[in-house]
Amino acid sequence: MTLRSTISAKPQVWATALAIAVAVALLAYVFGRGGYVVTVMGFAVIYGVFVTGLNLFMGYAGQASFGQNAFAALGGYGTAVLCADYGLEPIVALVLSATLSAVIALIVGYPTLRLRGHYLAMATFALGLITYELSIEQSGLTRGFMGFSGIPPLGLGRFQLLSERAQLAVFILIMLLGVWVARRLRGSRFGRALLAIGESEPAANALGIQVFRYKLVAFVIAAVYASVAGSMFAHFVGYISPEVFGLSMVTLSFTMLYVGGIGTLWGPIAGAVLVSFLPQLLRGFRDMQDIIYCLALIVILIFVPKGLASLWSLAVRRSDVPAER
Amino acid sequence: MTLLSVSNLTKSFGGIVANDSVSFDLNEGDIYAVIGPNGAGKTTLFNLISGVLRPTSGSVQYAGRDITGLAQADIAALGVVRTYQLVQLFRQRTVEENVQIGFHLATRGGVGAALFRPGWVRRQERMVREKSRELLRLVGLESQAGLVADKLPYGQQRLLKIARAMAAGPKLLMLDEPAAGLDTQETSVLGDVIQRINDQGITIVLIEHDMNLVMRMATRITVLDFGKKIAEGTPVEVKVNPAVLAAYLGEAELE
Repeated sequence: MTLRSTISAKPQVWATALAIAVAVALLAYVFGRGGYVVTVMGFAVIYGVFVTGLNLFMGYAGQASFGQNAFAALGGYGTAVLCADYGLEPIVALVLSATLSAVIALIVGYPTLRLRGHYLAMATFALGLITYELSIEQSGLTRGFMGFSGIPPLGLGRFQLLSERAQLAVFILIMLLGVWVARRLRGSRFGRALLAIGESEPAANALGIQVFRYKLVAFVIAAVYASVAGSMFAHFVGYISPEVFGLSMVTLSFTMLYVGGIGTLWGPIAGAVLVSFLPQLLRGFRDMQDIIYCLALIVILIFVPKGLASLWSLAVRRSDVPAER
Repeated sequence: MTLLSVSNLTKSFGGIVANDSVSFDLNEGDIYAVIGPNGAGKTTLFNLISGVLRPTSGSVQYAGRDITGLAQADIAALGVVRTYQLVQLFRQRTVEENVQIGFHLATRGGVGAALFRPGWVRRQERMVREKSRELLRLVGLESQAGLVADKLPYGQQRLLKIARAMAAGPKLLMLDEPAAGLDTQETSVLGDVIQRINDQGITIVLIEHDMNLVMRMATRITVLDFGKKIAEGTPVEVKVNPAVLAAYLGEAELE
């Protein structure tokens, strides 16, 4: 422990306690209230998984991917086809879909990750568009733009999570597992290499970090998170269509990352929850709802440019050091 | 004992000969300086030794081994580590993290090691933390460990770069203009740090324009001009060498 963190141990304890209190209060409200609030929270948690993975690639390794929705689609359709058409166990379908996503990320990433900046953004963007087209065209497998319905809820053997509340509880566990994995990666040689790449590729290279290989691995891990999120979505709603994994998923996830705090551990989760609930909170504004929603996002990004997670580090230390987690 | 032996090293870029048959030997424990006017080919020489560039001809022997044309990472793994004039720090990371990232080559482990943290990984992480502290103490940045690197004054950023290079475990540390842009006070601190590193038995070769620093630190000096070695010797010898004076001050004034 550093001297600095010993001194600041107290505010850190308070800030942690406050964050946990907020989370517990929110969950108590959600589980107590039930109904559509559970649905909204379910989406927030699914997106939490999605953006935690994306954060490894974008926040830590500093690369842009506009095509992560492709892997969510793979996960979603993988789960739909394998569970509904072939009667596989949800967990088996989830793992198989995630494995397929990882393999495809590896194949697609190998040529594209040699690109940088805008070129990488364009290439990954194309990946999302191609997947969208495929999910419409391959209607024998995906049922086309009409969508795929009748996907069973999450379960194990004969035991099925029939209530949304129960599914949400399991989702939260999956998300916590995802955050735990991200945290382990962050605090390792692997994570340090990603952070180094995110800050300066030449410097990382000069220190012997194999930049391309690390980017590729981060891309594959992010794809696995996206695929799991896609599978969760399919179980939660029971219905998927190409639109579900369309471009809106990209914009929404970017918003969550930046509002929550890109490159931090809990920021993306906080962003996912806030961005998911914000439209619900603003329903009273009726016609003005979208405008107020956008204004709220702009205000947040102006006053908390480093995201909600920076409020945390503000509480912990007085300096403008970015949050560690 | 000779640690590094450069013989007839030549590098041409098209018609321009950046290094023209440069030879010198470096003994273990030396603080060896390479000086010369701008464009003399000093950084090219560093790039050839450290594997950034392949020489057109000539060879580099390190610890009795031919390392000519080896990849940068392989040369670094053998213990030849350099700092770059232009390569930056990880500005948004803390001072301590910068040094920890420097341990990349000296450590191992990927995703699996990160997730399951077996015993050897935990020991390795502890080693990285402890040695980072030691290196920060060595360059006098221990109290700034938790600070974001960007917030360090310029001179201390330079020291951090050296600490980061030291993390890779060099036997031969190559410093490219470590004192560039530093004031006298900062340069003096830098000199002390270089001396302390040298006292640990690490051989140092540096490119430097600050003649006070070079004359104070260097055990031997090679002078380059237009890619050619024009003189070699102790600081006292080099200082009075007519060819060196001519290269630095211009021929006309001497005649």
